Amino acid sequence: MIEITDKPIDVLKVIEAASLHEAGAINTFIGTVRNQTSGKTVLRLEFEAYEPMAVSEIKKIADHANETWNLLGYAVSHRIGILLPGDIAVVIAVSTPHRKASFEACQFIIDNLKQTVPIWKREFFEDGDQWVSAHP
Amino acid sequence: MKVNIKTFGISRDILGGREVTLVVEGSSVGDLRKTLSTQFPALDKLNSLFIAVNQNYAGDEVTLSETDEIALIPPVSGG
Repeated sequence: MIEITDKPIDVLKVIEAASLHEAGAINTFIGTVRNQTSGKTVLRLEFEAYEPMAVSEIKKIADHANETWNLLGYAVSHRIGILLPGDIAVVIAVSTPHRKASFEACQFIIDNLKQTVPIWKREFFEDGDQWVSAHP
Repeated sequence: MKVNIKTFGISRDILGGREVTLVVEGSSVGDLRKTLSTQFPALDKLNSLFIAVNQNYAGDEVTLSETDEIALIPPVSGG
């Protein structure tokens, strides 16, 4: 399952979508909104996505992970819209026969998602806002 | 040629709309880059700027057609 959603992410649903009875491990990464960036208080975040391409780029990453670790199942859900500190922005779950592969595959997926998937985050502070990573 | 460009993130602020029509001299992604750089110099200050054609990252050598779905991909920050 791969989804971009403007509703709160149901973590259990994501885990269930990745689960198989053949699995001995389900590794789940939950990315949340921090309340500060470099000491500045973050009031809220706004995420936006180029949705069809975001889905296809996540699929490419998952296919790549599947070639390396032989996943039994996986699921990725990314939230868009306005999020507040503590809210869940992304959930990734992978299942494998043994735990080591599940840790590695899950880390691979989130690390690559941050590099190539067309999703953008705007941070709002008390005194302004910025698109994250846009400028050096 | 005339192209319609979808914009996201900071590139939407710089181009001033979700979808912008540009006249490009030439027909490659590289030609589009030159046009963008001339008309919107603020794009050159970004950490990176990729161009997607039909929802795939495209190199400068790719040839554009007027029916392609073209999008600007400024530095991504999901997760």
